[in-house]
Amino acid sequence: MSNVLSVRELQKHYPKVQAVNGVSFNVEEGTCLGLLGPNGAGKSTTVEMLEGLVKPTSGEILYRGKPLDADYHERVGMQFQNTALQDFLTVRENLEFFRSLYQHTLPLDELIHACRLEDFLDRDHRKLSGGQRQRMLLAIALVNNPDLVFLDEPTTGLDPQARRNFWELVRAVKARGTTVVLTTHYMDEAYLLSDDIAIMDQGKIVARGSPQNLLAEHFNDSVLELPANEVEGRSIDLPLVHREDRVEIFSKDVNGAVRKLLDAGLSLAHLKIRPRTLEDLFIQLTGKELRA
Amino acid sequence: MSHPHVKRVIAMIKARLLEVVRDRSALAWNLLFAPLLVIGMATVFSSGPQTVAKVGVLGDAPLIPATSPFLATPAVEFYRETDAEKAIAKVQRQRIDLLLDLNSSPPRYWLNDESPKGRLLQQLLLAKQPDAAAQPVTGARIRYADWLVPGLLALNIMFSSLFAIGHVIVRYRKSGYLKRLNGTPLRAVEFISAQLIACLLLAVLVSAVIFAACNALLHLRMEGSYLTLLLVTTLGSMTMIAMSLLVSARISSEELSGGLLNLISWPMLVLSGVFFSLDGAPVFVQNLAAVFPLTHMLDAARAVMLDGAGIADIAKPLLILSGMTALFLALGAAMFRWTQD
Repeated sequence: MSNVLSVRELQKHYPKVQAVNGVSFNVEEGTCLGLLGPNGAGKSTTVEMLEGLVKPTSGEILYRGKPLDADYHERVGMQFQNTALQDFLTVRENLEFFRSLYQHTLPLDELIHACRLEDFLDRDHRKLSGGQRQRMLLAIALVNNPDLVFLDEPTTGLDPQARRNFWELVRAVKARGTTVVLTTHYMDEAYLLSDDIAIMDQGKIVARGSPQNLLAEHFNDSVLELPANEVEGRSIDLPLVHREDRVEIFSKDVNGAVRKLLDAGLSLAHLKIRPRTLEDLFIQLTGKELRA
Repeated sequence: MSHPHVKRVIAMIKARLLEVVRDRSALAWNLLFAPLLVIGMATVFSSGPQTVAKVGVLGDAPLIPATSPFLATPAVEFYRETDAEKAIAKVQRQRIDLLLDLNSSPPRYWLNDESPKGRLLQQLLLAKQPDAAAQPVTGARIRYADWLVPGLLALNIMFSSLFAIGHVIVRYRKSGYLKRLNGTPLRAVEFISAQLIACLLLAVLVSAVIFAACNALLHLRMEGSYLTLLLVTTLGSMTMIAMSLLVSARISSEELSGGLLNLISWPMLVLSGVFFSLDGAPVFVQNLAAVFPLTHMLDAARAVMLDGAGIADIAKPLLILSGMTALFLALGAAMFRWTQD
């Protein structure tokens, strides 16, 4: 597979901050790269440089082997976390407006159908629900039939159903062969949608690989979770990791760990046993918890 | 429409016009503000400026009683005029009540035979200087409303251009809309051109509606050509829009842009002669007023409407407005930023 994007030693310095500090990676055609990182990790700046909106201090970004040029924005689409649009325009008018800005576009009907906009097409965009709005913004990101689309935290603030609906749309976009660069705070979203994940911290990529490979590389144990109040004051012969409202136990020998909990007189009614997740990896690598 | 640049500019203009037209409260305010102000001001001040007689004086001698005993006349405002031809035109239009030339001996004076206050001043002058020679002129008086309407039209254009463009671009930048547009093939020059054209269309259209409304109500004086007035309106609007583009080129604070726009608009409002003539104002005030585009726009519009001036007669203000427009646009385009610094 060919690389749609190639990034080499990308750096961005602001007067008091080194936002991105030597980032290199490739994005292969037709894949989804999930870019994860805590606030201030440099992922937004990295994405804005990839989008051609911010000029790097140094380093190189190649689109299909060539530096970004004036036509780059004809070929890519983007959806920001908080995309503002012009007031008083309907969904249809916004789509028509953005279609007018590009030389090659998808037919309006195809966009409407692909992003399921039929029910609110003639509504003022300011009166849409969160999920409807994100679907409209995705449609705007796709008006030029891009071969590379950037989605910046597209489901932040959506309810679970709306998030799942949006994931289906992103899968459909991928199925068309479109390459996706996704930034998200949701580990489940990254796991489900990304073929490849890059975790950033302090301006650098600290881990890179497919979700499955990353977990296999970093973990060979499971997690036992108990409510914190059930563990309080008991003597347990296991290493405990205290979180806000729960206690986690990492163990390669789940049966042995369970026996020790029983020996300590704990009720196992609320015990949860789960495999390691991207969130565990994220916390291990960055020392920060993204979301409860 | 095949050329991508033109297509993008037209799309941007259309979107902006839709936004303006659908913002009904703002549009209604724009349309009603000027006619209401004209009616209010014309009612309040219809006899105001004429209650004190005004006399222009040609010559370099100081305006003190030692120069001429007539200058000691109470309740009469004396001020210096330097251009005899323009000053005589003011007597013809009854914008001043009498013009006195102290360079000649005996002194000459011009008065409009149709002006009651002019005839009264003539009696006072002859009582003090019996040898003064009369130079009668004729001409209908310009009502205050006739004089005021060009000012209010220009004022409306100034406010709508400055704030419509300045505030909107700053709002677009602050909300991130400009950032989103920057992620499309739209170029900065296309965006700026579209904003300029959309605002210009609106300013000229709204001015035409306001002019028609005022004309229907007040039967305005119109000595010159409507096409020339349209040219003045268009050029003046472009200057104001260009000035606003410059102000909003890179700031993203609506408070700051509001402050800057007020800083620009209020001195123009006060010093450009919108409500009252600057005749007789101190020289430094008149020089300061010459810096403002509103002054030149107003001079040209009044010359067309009240004096029947043609394009050649108003070439100077038109050239000044053109120069200002080019300068502001060049600076605004060079300084323009899509996002917050």
